[in-house]
Amino acid sequence: MIRFKTALTSAAVAFALAGGFALAQETEEQPKPPRETWSFGGMFGTYDKAQLQRGFQVYKEVCSNCHPLTIPFRTLSQPGGTDFSEDQVKTLAATYQVTNPEPNDKGEIFKRPGTPADNFPRPEAYPNDQAAAATFGKAPPDMNLLAKARKYERGFPWFVFDALPGLQYQEMGADYIHAILTGYTKPDDPQWNLYYPGHKIAMPQPISDGSVAYKDGTPPTLQNYSKDIAAFLSWAAEPNLNERKRIGLGAMIFLFVLAGLLYFTKKRVWESAH
Amino acid sequence: MSGPSTYVPKSAIGRWFESRLPVMGLVHSSFIAYPVPRNLNYMWTFGAILSFMLIAQILTGIVLAMHYVPSATEAFQSINHIMRDVNYGWLVRYMHTNGATLFFLAVYIHMLRGIYYGSFKPPRELLWIIGVVIYFLMTATAFLGYVLPWGSMSFAGATVITNLTSAIPIVGTSVAHWLWGGYAVGGPTLNRFFSLHYLLPFVIAAFVGLHVWALHVVGQNNPDGVEVKNVERDTVAFTPYATIKDVFAVSIWFIIYVWLIFFIPNYLLDADNYNIANPLVTPSHVVPEWYLLPFYAILRAIPNKLVGVIALFSAIAVLAFIPWLDRNPVKSAKYRPAFRFFFWVFVVICVGLGWIGSQEPTDALTLIARFLTAGYFGFFLVIMPVLSFTERTKPIPASIADAVLAKKPAAAEA
Repeated sequence: MIRFKTALTSAAVAFALAGGFALAQETEEQPKPPRETWSFGGMFGTYDKAQLQRGFQVYKEVCSNCHPLTIPFRTLSQPGGTDFSEDQVKTLAATYQVTNPEPNDKGEIFKRPGTPADNFPRPEAYPNDQAAAATFGKAPPDMNLLAKARKYERGFPWFVFDALPGLQYQEMGADYIHAILTGYTKPDDPQWNLYYPGHKIAMPQPISDGSVAYKDGTPPTLQNYSKDIAAFLSWAAEPNLNERKRIGLGAMIFLFVLAGLLYFTKKRVWESAH
Repeated sequence: MSGPSTYVPKSAIGRWFESRLPVMGLVHSSFIAYPVPRNLNYMWTFGAILSFMLIAQILTGIVLAMHYVPSATEAFQSINHIMRDVNYGWLVRYMHTNGATLFFLAVYIHMLRGIYYGSFKPPRELLWIIGVVIYFLMTATAFLGYVLPWGSMSFAGATVITNLTSAIPIVGTSVAHWLWGGYAVGGPTLNRFFSLHYLLPFVIAAFVGLHVWALHVVGQNNPDGVEVKNVERDTVAFTPYATIKDVFAVSIWFIIYVWLIFFIPNYLLDADNYNIANPLVTPSHVVPEWYLLPFYAILRAIPNKLVGVIALFSAIAVLAFIPWLDRNPVKSAKYRPAFRFFFWVFVVICVGLGWIGSQEPTDALTLIARFLTAGYFGFFLVIMPVLSFTERTKPIPASIADAVLAKKPAAAEA
C-alpha cells in the first residue's frame, strides 16, 4: 500500500509538471488573444447600439466583399441590437439584389430588390464557397455565428474562473476576432498573423487605419474598427443577449427569494424532528 | 419496508376510486407516509434533483423536436432557426444543452455518494445496478443528442464513436456500416440518431420508475450505513420532512441552472460546434463533452484499439459489479478510514483522467493516463476486494437514532 501511495504521488507530480510544461510551451509559440473590455461582458453588460452600427458599417464596406453573413435584414431592426428603424432596414434591403427563391411563372430564376425578410445575399464576387476557396485557398467563413465559433484555449486554472459569477468570460470569440484583425504585425507578409494558430492565415490583412470613414466622430483607427466589428459579430451570433440577461436577472432574484423562504421553511419543519 | 397502504381517502368518490385503482394509496405510501432515515444529509437530495432534470430535459427536448429538422442539409440551419426566429427558442435550446451538463453533474454526485456511503451493498444491489443501467443510457442519449446539431464536433464525435465498432474482429466494419446506414457518417446516421435520441429518454424514465420502486422496497441507505431498526425512532415521514428538503435543494440547483442558461450559456459548448459539419474538415482537436472525458482518456490511453474499446465499456460495466467487489459489511466510509482515503484518490483519478481527456495527447500525458487508468480499475478490482477483509473499521452506531443523538449531546433524549 505504501508503494502504491508513492506511485500515486509521483504520478501526481509528473502530471502537474507535464501540465505546467504544456502551458509554458503554448505561451511561447502562440500568444493568447488579449482580453478586452466589452460593453456586453459581465452579468449586466448589454450591446452598445452606436458601436454595433459602426461595426455594421465596417462589415458592409469591408468584410462583406468576401464574407457571407446569413442573417435576415430584419434582424437589424430588432431591439437590443443595431436597432435601426424599420424604414432604414427597408431602404437598406432594397439596395441589394436578391435571387428569388422560387422561379417566376415563366420558370426563370430572377433577381429582385431585397426586402427585410430576405437574408443578406452572398458576396457578389463569390456566389459559392468553392468560388471563394479557388481565390483564397479557403472559403471565407459565414459570419453569422463566427463570434461563437471561435474560442481559444484558456488552460487550467483560468477555465475554472471563467465560469464563476463576477469573473465569467463569454467574450472569447470577440477577443479572438479583435486579436486576428490587429495581429498582422509583419508588414512584409500580409498573411502572417501573430494570433492565428500556426501564424499562416488565408485572409490577407483586410483592414487598416483609415479604411472606413466613421460618421459619428469615432477615430478611424484599426483598433476601433476591429473592436466595433467584433462587437457587431458578437451581436450577429447572439442577437438575444440583452433579453437573455434581463430575464436571467429576474429569474435569479426570484430564485434567491424562493430559496431563502424554502430554507427557513425547511428549518421550521425539521425543528420538530430533532 | 412500506408494506400495504393504510391510506383511506376522505371523500366517498375517493374511496370508490381507491377500491378500484389504488393509485392515490401508491402516491401516499411512496411520497407521503414513506419513512425516511432521519440522518440523511443533502447528498440525499440528488434523487429529487435528477428527477427534476430528467423532466426538464424531456420537456425542452419535445419542444426542440417540434422545430428541429433531422437532415444532414437542414439540421444545422434548423438549430440556427431555433436560436434566432422561434419565440424563446434560444432559451429552450440553452436549457436543453446546459441541462445535459447539470444532469450529468447531478448523476456523478449521486453515484459518488452511493459509493462513499456504500449504498450499493445488500440489500440494495439491484437498486444500484438499475442505476448503472440508467447512467449508461444517459451517456448513450447524450452522445446521440450531441450529434444532432450537425456541427463540426458533432460529426467528429459521431465518427470517432461509431468507428469504435470497427475494432470488433471480423464483423466490425459491417457493424459500422449498419450503424451509419451507409459507408460513412451521413444523413441516414443523423436520422436514426434523432429517432433514438427521442426514444431513449423514455426508456430512462421507465428505468427510473424501477429505480424508485426498488428504492421504496429496500428503503434508503443513510450516512451512517446502519439499517432502520425502529421506524418510530430512526425515521421521519417523507412529507413534510424530505419533501421540503428536496424542494429547497432543487431551488439551489435551479440557481446554478439559471446561471448557466442565462449568463454563461456557451461556457461548456464547444466553439467548433458552431461550424457546420464538413466531412472534409476535421476539427483540429476532437474532444467529447466534459462528462465523457475520463472515458475518452481511458480509450486513448490504450494502444490497442480493441482493448481500448473494451476498457472504455468496462469502465462503466465494472460499476455494476461493485456490490460483489466490496464485501465489507460496514457500509459508510464514515467508519472506514482506509476506504475513505482511496475513495478520494479515486475522485482525483477521475478528475485527472478528465483533464487528460481534454488535452492533445502527448507521450507524457499518455503515460500518466495509463497510470490513472490502472488506478481507476485498481480502485474497483484491487482496493475494494482487499479492503473488504483487511480494513480495520471504526465502531458503527447501534442505530440511526443513536447516531443522530451522538451528534447532539445537548439535546435530552425524549
